[in-house]
Amino acid sequence: MVARRSALGILTLLLASVLVFAATQTLPGNAATAALRNTGSAERVAVLERQLHLNDPAISQYTQWITGLVKGDPGNSLANGEPVDTLVMGRVENSAVLVLLAGSIGALLGAALGVAAAARRGGWFDNTLSVVALTFTALPEFLIALFLVICFATVWLHVLPAVAQIPPGTSPWSNAESLVLPTATLVLMIMPYVFRMTRAAMIEALESDYVEMARLTGMSAPRVLFLYAFPNVIPTVVQVIGLCLLYLAGGIVVVEYVFNYPGVGQQLVAAVTDRDIPVIQFIVMLLAAFYVVVNIGADVLALIATPRRRLPRSG
Amino acid sequence: MRAISPAADAQIAGAPPLELEELPAGVGPRDSVLRGVFRTTRGRIGAGLALLVVLVAVIGPFVAPHSPTEFVGPPFAKPSSAFPLGTDTLGRDVLSRTLKGGWELLLLGLAGTAAGVLLGATIGVVAAFRGGLLDAVLMRGVDVVLAFPQLVFALLLVSVVGPKLWLVVLAVAVAHAPQVGRVIRSAALDVSERDFISSAELIALPQREIIFSEILPNLTSPLMVETGIRLTYSVIIIAGLSFLGFGLQPPEPNWAVMINENRGGLSANSWAIVAPAFLLALLTIGVNTLTDAIARVSLGVDGRRAATAVVPARPPALEVRE
Repeated sequence: MVARRSALGILTLLLASVLVFAATQTLPGNAATAALRNTGSAERVAVLERQLHLNDPAISQYTQWITGLVKGDPGNSLANGEPVDTLVMGRVENSAVLVLLAGSIGALLGAALGVAAAARRGGWFDNTLSVVALTFTALPEFLIALFLVICFATVWLHVLPAVAQIPPGTSPWSNAESLVLPTATLVLMIMPYVFRMTRAAMIEALESDYVEMARLTGMSAPRVLFLYAFPNVIPTVVQVIGLCLLYLAGGIVVVEYVFNYPGVGQQLVAAVTDRDIPVIQFIVMLLAAFYVVVNIGADVLALIATPRRRLPRSG
Repeated sequence: MRAISPAADAQIAGAPPLELEELPAGVGPRDSVLRGVFRTTRGRIGAGLALLVVLVAVIGPFVAPHSPTEFVGPPFAKPSSAFPLGTDTLGRDVLSRTLKGGWELLLLGLAGTAAGVLLGATIGVVAAFRGGLLDAVLMRGVDVVLAFPQLVFALLLVSVVGPKLWLVVLAVAVAHAPQVGRVIRSAALDVSERDFISSAELIALPQREIIFSEILPNLTSPLMVETGIRLTYSVIIIAGLSFLGFGLQPPEPNWAVMINENRGGLSANSWAIVAPAFLLALLTIGVNTLTDAIARVSLGVDGRRAATAVVPARPPALEVRE
């Protein structure tokens, strides 16, 4: 199953690379005119087109790009001529810290609240949380970010920096203060999803026959909840966490921009502003690869965690 | 095709419209779903909030006291009787800009949603009905587009052409189509297995007629829910793009652009951000709450399906085979 999944994943990535390449090819304008912001003279465009091999047939341009990508040489930035991979890879750690930190906090809190709400289904705790979660899922990330900035960094309190300060070369961990607000924004972004899905799965588990059976044997409520209902919710939670990591891959773009956090998301925005197509292509492919890997990982983990599949073998 | 009993055969001969009897539990004809939605608290609140913002966006431009691009005072002036919400980063009237800054966002959101739902529903229905190779190809294409976060996909398109409004709509539509396609495909497969479709096939209705008069009416509920979800996300994506500087462009007022350009004056005149942010939040919250109510009424009250419906459809769900 893992092998089949991986093969499909590689196929998806390959097709994604074609799509990324085609998008930059078929839309009006090309890398040369874009880099010169549509204002370059015809000669300058022609020179740059030659440098970038833009007059070669599309197929050979594509194979050149994709072999470079596979070999770890995605070309040079159009904005400053530096190799794209050193430019981007220096920021991957910063973004990874943000995604993993927000992912684990959001998943733990969301799943815990989801279980708690399902156990008290229909009570004030459940109702309040459900409405709050519904509200937060609807908010754009930048509104959540600005709300936190208003509360903690400018208007009301001044306890946290509104702009992340992580000098190049230093680890984000050594600038923990700068991590708080971006992480909190991302946590607020994904927690409602984890909460809603966990709650729904938990309610379904609590209504099942095996939980009813366990209750009838006179088992204590917490025992039923954690030993019988919860294991059946884990696969859902794993899947939702996978989904959330994917949301985070998109969320970092806006959140890093708001907090000026030096990660790949902020770099993508800068590259789009500069029309730096090699950098854009590389970051977009990086995010797509992340998506594929997380997707496979989540599916495999969820399958391993499914009690229905596991129990018959041991019993 | 399923074997059909003589009794059922006789029923078909009379050929009464079978859809009504065949509707799954909880799904009524369209009007009763909407009536049910407005009986729920969530439905009323959601519709009320969304309607309020729509009214501001539509009527606002006619009642704005100043031109949205006119410099009327010093930057980030505090609220005063002349400028109830103060001025923005360039000394323009925040109230006027807020009143005029919604309709374009709303219009683009609706256009992107309509295009995305149309494209996605077409993909879903075609994939479900043609099956075979076409289905496989379409679903693989869907997987590929899903591999990009929606905002990133939109940024990729915008980076080459530059911020053009038609491109923003296109990017939003293409970003939504895969999710809609998935949901509608599985809903269509669900419907196509029901008896009234078999009977329609038995009396040799042309496939086009089966799709348009038998299948599509039964996809109303999932389509309404999907449209609601997509509308929320369209507004979020377009606002996000505009916030980053790649969607709607200054100097014309727009809530997302206003929020970005006034970030520097948060402590001087926070109204310049709070006013547009409040309306934008009410809009997305309103639409999402209304969608939640529709999902609950049409797909089952408070059940798992209602909760999952408002979370965008997941990539291929885990298959547990026993």
